[in-house]
Amino acid sequence: MSELTPDLVRHLASLARIQVTDAEVDRFAEQLSLIVESVAAVNNAVAGDVPATSHPIPMANVFREDVVEPSLTQEQALSGAPDSDQGRFRVAAILDEE
Amino acid sequence: MSELVKRNASELVELLQSGEVTSVELTQAFLDRIEKLNPLLNSFLHVNTKEALATAAEVDRKRAAGEKLPKLAGLPIAVKDNLTTTDAPTTAGSKILEGWIPQYDATVVKLLREEMMPILGKTNLDEFAMGSSTEFSAYGPSRNPWDTDRIPGGSGGGSSSAVAGFLAPLAIGSDTGGSIRFPAAVTGTVGVKPTYGAVSRYGLIALASSLDQIGPVARNVLDAALLSDVITGYDKHDSTSLPESLGSMVEAAKSGSLKGVRVGVIKELSGEGFQPGVKALFNESLELMVKAGAEIVEVSCPSFEYAIAAYYLILPAEASSNLAKFDSVRFGMRVTPEGNPTIERVMAATREAGFGPEVKRRIILGTYALSSGYYDAYYGSAQKVRTLIQRDFAAAFEKADVLVSPTAPTTAFKFGEKLEDPLAMYLNDIATIPANLAGTPGISIPNGLASEDGLPSGIQLLAPAREDKRLYAIGAALEALQEGVWGKRMIDFAPEVKAGA
Repeated sequence: MSELTPDLVRHLASLARIQVTDAEVDRFAEQLSLIVESVAAVNNAVAGDVPATSHPIPMANVFREDVVEPSLTQEQALSGAPDSDQGRFRVAAILDEE
Repeated sequence: MSELVKRNASELVELLQSGEVTSVELTQAFLDRIEKLNPLLNSFLHVNTKEALATAAEVDRKRAAGEKLPKLAGLPIAVKDNLTTTDAPTTAGSKILEGWIPQYDATVVKLLREEMMPILGKTNLDEFAMGSSTEFSAYGPSRNPWDTDRIPGGSGGGSSSAVAGFLAPLAIGSDTGGSIRFPAAVTGTVGVKPTYGAVSRYGLIALASSLDQIGPVARNVLDAALLSDVITGYDKHDSTSLPESLGSMVEAAKSGSLKGVRVGVIKELSGEGFQPGVKALFNESLELMVKAGAEIVEVSCPSFEYAIAAYYLILPAEASSNLAKFDSVRFGMRVTPEGNPTIERVMAATREAGFGPEVKRRIILGTYALSSGYYDAYYGSAQKVRTLIQRDFAAAFEKADVLVSPTAPTTAFKFGEKLEDPLAMYLNDIATIPANLAGTPGISIPNGLASEDGLPSGIQLLAPAREDKRLYAIGAALEALQEGVWGKRMIDFAPEVKAGA
């Protein structure tokens, strides 16, 4: 199994949209490498054809009645937002200017 | 009146119903104790004084008018701060949600309101329930009432320290890998993780959706059953909610016996690597059960060896996805870097400032486990281990009615001991994780004080899915035997917490 190098940690953090400091990268690389080495044991656990379990109690086709129910008002939906404008969430630029 | 707070919830319900105590008196008694001890114990992140007293007054008014009331009406309760409440901030122990007031109540909170239970406040937890000690709470750790230099367990250490310290008679917890049962074990209280789907998760801030389950935190088995009967049941807002009823846990707790019960000791969790005093107490309880007519059988669950490994792939994978919603757009914190940043930079800066180290570690680990090229080796294999663990349980329950183990390998450790060693921290949950992976129910009940340090240990009982009643029936029977030996409740051995110590 591959080691989590500082470069890989930096890449994963950027995929996860977490800015990280150099000190964090080094510390996480060390700690996560140990964790990954330990959890890699799952590969030894499974021999032969074993089905995967994604959900502990299997259920199928869980639907509710197709009935309109009350939902949050626009005001409520925006009440926790850091910024809003004319009934919409307001965010920084989506695209870089360059 | 000061001893009122130490009574069992079942007794307090009787006092309320008979009119010997009003709900306002009772609620005020707990609020007074919170005011005195919370500065030290940090069990509560937010105290709902006004709202709790308003509910209590309404109960008293209705009772005086002879109106019909729900069974637990007027009995106060504490709620873990990862359940949404419209009248109190909900932070999940994270800076990223500081001050957030949700627009809807979690289904469990709605049920508590319908039962007319005054909600005392919101209890502390490791950030987003990631941890075993509350040391990863962004708002400081909670302290163990038995020894305030030690952890109260986690993630639900706020709920466990509140109940163990008599700041609340009952509390709500959530258990993803042991976050109800481990804190119960190290604080001498009772904690239950119900069958997956028994209690609605609607309004629970998700950690790992296929593992999370809400459950009761109490000081004895009957009290836990009282709360379980209030919060359990089908909810259309949770697509994993079980449609069938699991029956009354109160009736189960009242009818418990050990006669003829086949108690399975899990070979892989029977003591290797466990603190000697914890192991000795576990063996004593086995003897007690045999004397009461139980039969001990040894069962083997070989795949449990891989449970922690599978858990620390599945949990981070699900968590990294669940926590993507904290993006600085719809709720919570926003940090805007210098210049004219794009939204991606705002998100990254916000998540850097808003998340603590354990949350970042697990999100990065989950992102890794789910990335192409590693997915099959890690996440795929972990899901197969889950199947093997379910098969181990199925085989074990052919031979035994319940399975038992110590709840945790050690008693409460000191603050800082495992903070920088994630793998050591993860081992606390070695006995509790298998039930989350399999969806099966588990209970931790007090199991005496370890000889080395005089601190509480717990015994865990596990049952097949949907057989939660067995845990309450057999747990209550074992608890009665133990209290017979001790001559009092285990919690009565706890030293008085000194304010300002």
